Amino acid sequence: MAMIRQCAIYGKGGIGKSTTTQNLVAGLAAQGKKIMIVGCDPKADSTRLILHAKAQSTIMQMAADAGTVEDLELDEVLKVGFGGIRCVESGGPEPGVGCAGRGVITAINFLEEEGAYDEELDFVFYDVLGDVVCGGFAMPIRENKAQEIYIVVSGEMMAMYAANNIAKGIVKYATSGKVRLAGLICNSRKTDREAELIEALAERLGTQMIHFVPRDNVVQRAEIRRMTVIEYDPTCKQADEYRALAQKIIDNKKLVIPKPLTMDELEDLLLEFGILDGEDESIVGKTAADEARLAAA
Amino acid sequence: MTMNRQESEKLIQEVLEVYPEATGKQRAKHLLANDPTLQKSNKCIVANKKALPGVMTARGCAYAGSKGVVWGPIKDMVNLSHGPVGCGQLSRGGRRNYVTGYSGITVFTDLNFTSDFQEKDVVFGGDKKLAAIIDEINTLFPLTKGVSIQSECPIGLIGDDIEAVARKKAKDIGKTIVPTRCEGFRGVSQSLGHHVANDTIRDWVLPNRDDQQASIESTPYDVLLTGDYNIGGDAWSSRVLMESIGLRVIGQWSGDGTLSEMELIATLKPKLNLLHCYRSMNYISRHMEEKYGIPWLEYNFFGPTKIAESLRKIAARFDETIQANAERVIAQHQAEMDAIIAKFRPRLEGKRVLLFVGGLRPRHVIGAYEDLGMEVIGTGYEFAHNDDYDRTFKELQDGALIYDDATSFELEAFAERLKPDLIGSGIKEKFVFHKMGIPFRQLHSWDYSGPYHGYDGFAVFARDMDMAINNPCWGKMTAPWKQKAQAVGTGVAEAA
Repeated sequence: MAMIRQCAIYGKGGIGKSTTTQNLVAGLAAQGKKIMIVGCDPKADSTRLILHAKAQSTIMQMAADAGTVEDLELDEVLKVGFGGIRCVESGGPEPGVGCAGRGVITAINFLEEEGAYDEELDFVFYDVLGDVVCGGFAMPIRENKAQEIYIVVSGEMMAMYAANNIAKGIVKYATSGKVRLAGLICNSRKTDREAELIEALAERLGTQMIHFVPRDNVVQRAEIRRMTVIEYDPTCKQADEYRALAQKIIDNKKLVIPKPLTMDELEDLLLEFGILDGEDESIVGKTAADEARLAAA
Repeated sequence: MTMNRQESEKLIQEVLEVYPEATGKQRAKHLLANDPTLQKSNKCIVANKKALPGVMTARGCAYAGSKGVVWGPIKDMVNLSHGPVGCGQLSRGGRRNYVTGYSGITVFTDLNFTSDFQEKDVVFGGDKKLAAIIDEINTLFPLTKGVSIQSECPIGLIGDDIEAVARKKAKDIGKTIVPTRCEGFRGVSQSLGHHVANDTIRDWVLPNRDDQQASIESTPYDVLLTGDYNIGGDAWSSRVLMESIGLRVIGQWSGDGTLSEMELIATLKPKLNLLHCYRSMNYISRHMEEKYGIPWLEYNFFGPTKIAESLRKIAARFDETIQANAERVIAQHQAEMDAIIAKFRPRLEGKRVLLFVGGLRPRHVIGAYEDLGMEVIGTGYEFAHNDDYDRTFKELQDGALIYDDATSFELEAFAERLKPDLIGSGIKEKFVFHKMGIPFRQLHSWDYSGPYHGYDGFAVFARDMDMAINNPCWGKMTAPWKQKAQAVGTGVAEAA
């Protein structure tokens, strides 16, 4: 049988990772693929559109209730939703306490030991917290886990900074394992020359913009109903976009070790596209009072 | 052999040659041939630095310093090991801090309290569990005077707010709760744990009664004993001497000590703080001096010479009655001490000792050995700072070896070359040197013996050293059949 393709979705917080992941996974499911989504975010919002749920019961919460993770059975935490998509959430603490990273590690170890990585699966998708703040959130890209990384990005400056930083992280794990950058997914924010800019960034990184997902309010309408676009309105144009993205991922062979940009290179790129204004060195460190004094002189 | 300064320096060079260059360069700063005229050590020895990768060090961690040394022996409270079970269980009772009292009623140090952290506590944080444990302790053992929270590594890693729990629970149950940030990964040795623990006495214990009046009357002869951990009963054989010269001991920290005695200090300010282990309690001693005006005095109760010296030094801080008492007590013990020396000195005269211990012992026990006619030819500290070495030079002979955070390789090399008659160190070293055929005494735990402090302690000390050195087993290091084979030459092989 074919290997399970394990993919992790990273990107700046709030960029739309969970929404994009669930919509594209729905597209894959519509093609008959067998998929599991592993939510790796204490917020546990990686599966709600598939399960029509507010938030799935998480592995860590159930383990805490049961006593230890050893007291847990797989079928208690693995729920099946739209298109036969299997859903689990690692879960973790509320903000400000404990160690969410350790939660991800514990949850993924549990899934492995309990045989969640079923041979029938075609894909596993990890939807990971925005910032890879510690080793725990790198768990999905360590040895024998996700080998394809997709970065969700938009034409906004901070999203691109984040994408470049994630590429740096991939380089680290690429040298010790088989993890590769598989492409940038542009989740459009309708900034100027967005597709062109992300294409350029992808090229500099040595990868591709695998798909440009346009902005469409149908995504929000579906989300309010806790559904993916493909389930809510399979005939709409946006559903075609997610199906196209799904098909590109199925066909994707371009897995690379990225070449992250230096800060200067990235800023040059942003300057080129007019995202960043040229720096005026003469104003650095000058207070308003200084400026007033200079103007008066 | 006893070496002069040049010979010791040459030996140090030879030992250093074995190391890779970078390691040797670092270790060179920690090894020294003694010059007794030196006053300050900071120009000639480096201390309190991280142990180097690849060497075997005897050091412990900050948790060991706080839970194992400073807080652990306080008997009327629960010293909770907060984190996974191992740190608490493996540090249980190992230090032989003797106590009097009733288990579960007035003494809690013989029980092991741990929060037994599980994965879920790491992921979700352990604060709620900690609060629940404090309530359970208070329900199960209502006579505890308080709880100290001894943080293990995960507490610092996940950033649990143990101070907030301590504040809340102290209010809830009306007892002293002491949050101690002694996570093992902090600092370079157990030394930081002593400091952290001292700071928690300053911040969470002493101020509790700042605005109260003393419940008992103060006397001009009130003293506090600090830095005695009552190993094998050391603090008892020390306290009895303080009392016999007319002083009133109002507190013992930490050996056989109580939280109540600690809290008493703010109200019943003693006239003098008598400090035995400078390393582990100098911080709080300095604080009490600044805040309450309690002066502190280091003393040494190992061996009759140092005891007499110390008793006179202590008495000099009080009136003539006390001074006369000190002379009387010294005189009273003279015959007993003379008898001990008469008995053991002939058996120990000229024997050479190599030491490697912690705290105060690398310098404090030298006098006791000298009383028995023995010579300390090398000494070193596991976790000293430079102020410890400042106090060491004058105690040692010219040319004696001094080694800071010695590696096991260095100790073995020194032992092989110097062929000492006795090594005094810890359990980690003991069997290595036994196998080398060198008599050995543990000078952390007193090898399940003690006390060694005070006049009572010296009798035990002298007997134990004799027992180790003159044990007949050291004459039987070669197996009989090997002796025979040597004597007969190849005869055995031919007969076979």
